[in-house]
Amino acid sequence: MRLTLKIWRQKGAADKGGFVRYPVDRVDGEMSMLECLDVLNESLIEKGEEPIAFEHDCREGICGSCGFMIGGVAHGPMPATTVCQLTMRHFKDGQELVIEPWRAAAFPVIKDLIVDRRAFDRIIASGGYISVSTGNAPDGNAHPVGKEMADRAMDAAACIGCGACVAACPNASAALFTGAKIAHLNLLPQGKPEKDRRALRMVGQMNAEGFGNCTNIGECTAVCPKEIPLEVIAIMNRDYLRASVVRREELVAAIAPVSGWDVGGKS
Amino acid sequence: MSSIAAAPPQNRAPGFWASTNGKKIVMAVTGAILFAFVVGHLAGNLQIYEGPQKLNAYGRFLHSIGELLWPVRILLLTCVGLHITATAQLALRAKRARPVGYSRRQAIASSYASRTMYWSGPIVLAFVIFHLLNLTAGYIHPGGAFVEGDVYHNVVSGFQVWWVSAWYIFSIGLLGLHLRHGLWSMFQSVGIHQPRYAAAMKSAAFAIALLIVLGYISIPISVLLGLVK
Repeated sequence: MRLTLKIWRQKGAADKGGFVRYPVDRVDGEMSMLECLDVLNESLIEKGEEPIAFEHDCREGICGSCGFMIGGVAHGPMPATTVCQLTMRHFKDGQELVIEPWRAAAFPVIKDLIVDRRAFDRIIASGGYISVSTGNAPDGNAHPVGKEMADRAMDAAACIGCGACVAACPNASAALFTGAKIAHLNLLPQGKPEKDRRALRMVGQMNAEGFGNCTNIGECTAVCPKEIPLEVIAIMNRDYLRASVVRREELVAAIAPVSGWDVGGKS
Repeated sequence: MSSIAAAPPQNRAPGFWASTNGKKIVMAVTGAILFAFVVGHLAGNLQIYEGPQKLNAYGRFLHSIGELLWPVRILLLTCVGLHITATAQLALRAKRARPVGYSRRQAIASSYASRTMYWSGPIVLAFVIFHLLNLTAGYIHPGGAFVEGDVYHNVVSGFQVWWVSAWYIFSIGLLGLHLRHGLWSMFQSVGIHQPRYAAAMKSAAFAIALLIVLGYISIPISVLLGLVK
């Protein structure tokens, strides 16, 4: 199978960037999208060109590292799939695929297809934790959790933080991600002590980052590789509304976004 | 007390109105109030089929309760103002949230109505302003003299002008699209979502929007066909 990959190349945050067309011969239908890029990169390295930078880690759809737009759809045309699990047999011989990074102000491009998703880390850091006593491990089943509630929390916790929801949203909203992270703890008794503060802080942080608003149109859940339901956004809104009404303390501080990729590390 | 004042937060998290979630909740509540008006207004309008006396009496009745009429009008205007302010601010924020657009983007799940809210809203607003000048104030009333108090006459002579009716039908159609998404979306914004009812709620939003459109456009169509004269 022959494919033409029209890929976004950008040297760094300051570079303007642009598309470059790469013909790729001998694409095997069993290859994943990332393996197809590996093959292309091998040939680029052999020619002495700079290989295409893309993020990847587990290559089994559970780490949340990989992801880019293929033909205008986050993670490509197959539902519930990350690009590492998207096999090339879903494309036709001779097809041209437009591949570009997630586009959002909160996700600045680092290089080529890699974007800086630390805004997600800051949202999690602002409230994605529970209080536990240190010392001996608690008794198993000390907190009774109903099966239905456990399932709902587990469905929300399946979020791998890949960023496809933001990428697919016309407003670049992080509502599905933040909703999933709030819901998976707020639905469980272990998450109860910080429930209100979590909703306030995580929503506050999401708004302090440059994400847009949710218009409830559902593009996010359609591209989500873990099929996080739209319901988590309603859970976020409900918990946020409740917490806004009942809160007694002053407004919570947001974590300041770190500007620049190399700030904070050893250069 | 001093311990609270000691360390003011360096970065304050956005408050309720400053947050996108808070603005959407405001939009949901104001939208619900405006929807209630749309239903009430339709119920009043449909009295046109009961003849001039009935409709004109209804108009007089509304004006006779002046103490109530203006509070209601102020409430509606406040809702319109808040709904539009929140939308405009959110739209500008959404634009800033994606400074570099995609070369290609494909919508795979969203409805046409949901993607065109930013268009249907302003056009309906322009229509409402025209509609108020046309049939409430009477400043723009092609198709004969505007008679204060003779609601029936004003409506019929107004709608006999084809482009007034066409503009009305077009705008009501857009209002239907707006409601089709908005009636479902408002529940999501305030945090009500039960997967078991989600499909039924979407269908209900569609059905209600359709009924409202049919109810409203039946009036200019009846006038144009000569059924109401």
